Amino acid sequence: MLEVQNINVFYGNIQAIRDISFSVEDGEIVTLIGANGAGKSTILKSISGLLRSKTGDITFDGKSIKGTAPHKIVAQGLAHVPEGRRVFLQMTVEENLDMGAFTAPRATFEDSIANVYERFPRLKERRRQIAGTLSGGEQQMLAMGRGLMSQPKLMMLDEPSMGLAPILVEQIFDIIQELNRAGTTILLVEQNAQMALSIANRGYVLETGQIVFHAPSSELLTNDAVQKAYLGG
Amino acid sequence: MSVYTTILRQIINGLQSGSIYALVALGYSMVYGIITLLNFAHGDIIMIGAYIAWLSMAKLSMHPAFAILSAILGCTLLGMLIEKAAYKPLRGSPRISLLITAIGVSFLLENLSQMVFGAKAQVIPSFSNIPSIFLGTIELSGTAVITLIAAAVSMLLLTFLVQKTKMGKAMRAVSEDTDAAQLMGININRTISFTFAIGSALAGIGAVLYCSAYPQATPTMGSMLGLKAFVAAVLGGIGSIPGAMIGGFAIGLAESLVSAIGLSVWRDGVVFAILIIVLLVKPTGILGRPMREKV
Repeated sequence: MLEVQNINVFYGNIQAIRDISFSVEDGEIVTLIGANGAGKSTILKSISGLLRSKTGDITFDGKSIKGTAPHKIVAQGLAHVPEGRRVFLQMTVEENLDMGAFTAPRATFEDSIANVYERFPRLKERRRQIAGTLSGGEQQMLAMGRGLMSQPKLMMLDEPSMGLAPILVEQIFDIIQELNRAGTTILLVEQNAQMALSIANRGYVLETGQIVFHAPSSELLTNDAVQKAYLGG
Repeated sequence: MSVYTTILRQIINGLQSGSIYALVALGYSMVYGIITLLNFAHGDIIMIGAYIAWLSMAKLSMHPAFAILSAILGCTLLGMLIEKAAYKPLRGSPRISLLITAIGVSFLLENLSQMVFGAKAQVIPSFSNIPSIFLGTIELSGTAVITLIAAAVSMLLLTFLVQKTKMGKAMRAVSEDTDAAQLMGININRTISFTFAIGSALAGIGAVLYCSAYPQATPTMGSMLGLKAFVAAVLGGIGSIPGAMIGGFAIGLAESLVSAIGLSVWRDGVVFAILIIVLLVKPTGILGRPMREKV
């Protein structure tokens, strides 16, 4: 479904990621784990078009999306829920969801929003509230709900657990699994490697801009080096 | 005439010039909100609007209604052209480059007009003769009434556009978080272009209203008007649409109340005194929010 081949991304003269290649198959949950600054967010931004890779290629659903403007990539069914949630704080919950459906046909709006409200009943209760007044967990739900409004085939989630209480993290991860069972492919970036690997099919481990390990999650969870570096073992 | 009527009359004058400042300030604020650029060429768009009105009526003897439409349309297109030609290539450059470019565009427009139309003032024929109306003993000039109504209608339409339409919501989204807006599927270039179009159309309306009060066009007429509208935008809180409206009226009222108490030489001075005070006391303005650093 998503194929990333040999991308190199720079911030000015500084190389953030080196020769990254990986793939996500239809229906999978794939996670990219690694320390702060390893280049995880940079990879997602390059896929969604916010950053450009100088080399290589990125194909989504068989079509190259490298160099395509971000707004066109969303329309092809690839949603990116950015790090730090980035909801529109001055808009209401419902307006945020409306923005998420910007590229979707108007006819499906009612269905999509009903679907989001069913998955996140909290958002329905607060739909007229300004997003800036929501708690961190609610904002994360809104960010995910907003991403779902474009009816994506692949959803990329950047640090959905960041800054949330453990009980909320559990809840968010349950929802990610539900979304996946309902047919959305997931590319998950996390610092919380334990949690991420517990729901993912496969994992890639990043270190200073390069992929150093790639294996099924069950193997990574028991791998000594990974345990030491990322799982506090 | 009693002191009371003098003050009331000055308030009406203040609201009249204030609504023009507000319309111009809206353009400043919207553009700042969306690309954090102080578009110092904005005032000069008004000047071009005035020349278009003059050309259409004095030279091409067009009907005033068409002259008004051409002025507004001309300003709209000019605003979009400036964005495409001067600012868009600098997307992603440091903000100071954009600011310097804006000042350059302002000089370009002023000097170009001076070359084409000459330095002396061109008199704009009057758009219409609306009789004055009387509220008790207070005479309201027709232009004042029209100005207030036109400004109010424009602001209501703008509020509707920004709050309810898809494009308006896209504008708000882009001005709050450009990257997140792109991830929603919003076309940034189109939204920015649209913002310039709306801001410049409001400047065009401002130009027509300004010319009905002071019917002449000079190459530098836009600079003082633009600066005062800029102060209005800062006072209201730059980036905020209701702020620009409040700021515009406040500046207009401040000016005319200073005149009312017999200090009309200080009309311009008081505006810039307000700017200095705002910057010292509350740099974010009345409705402004503290700047959020974008990471």
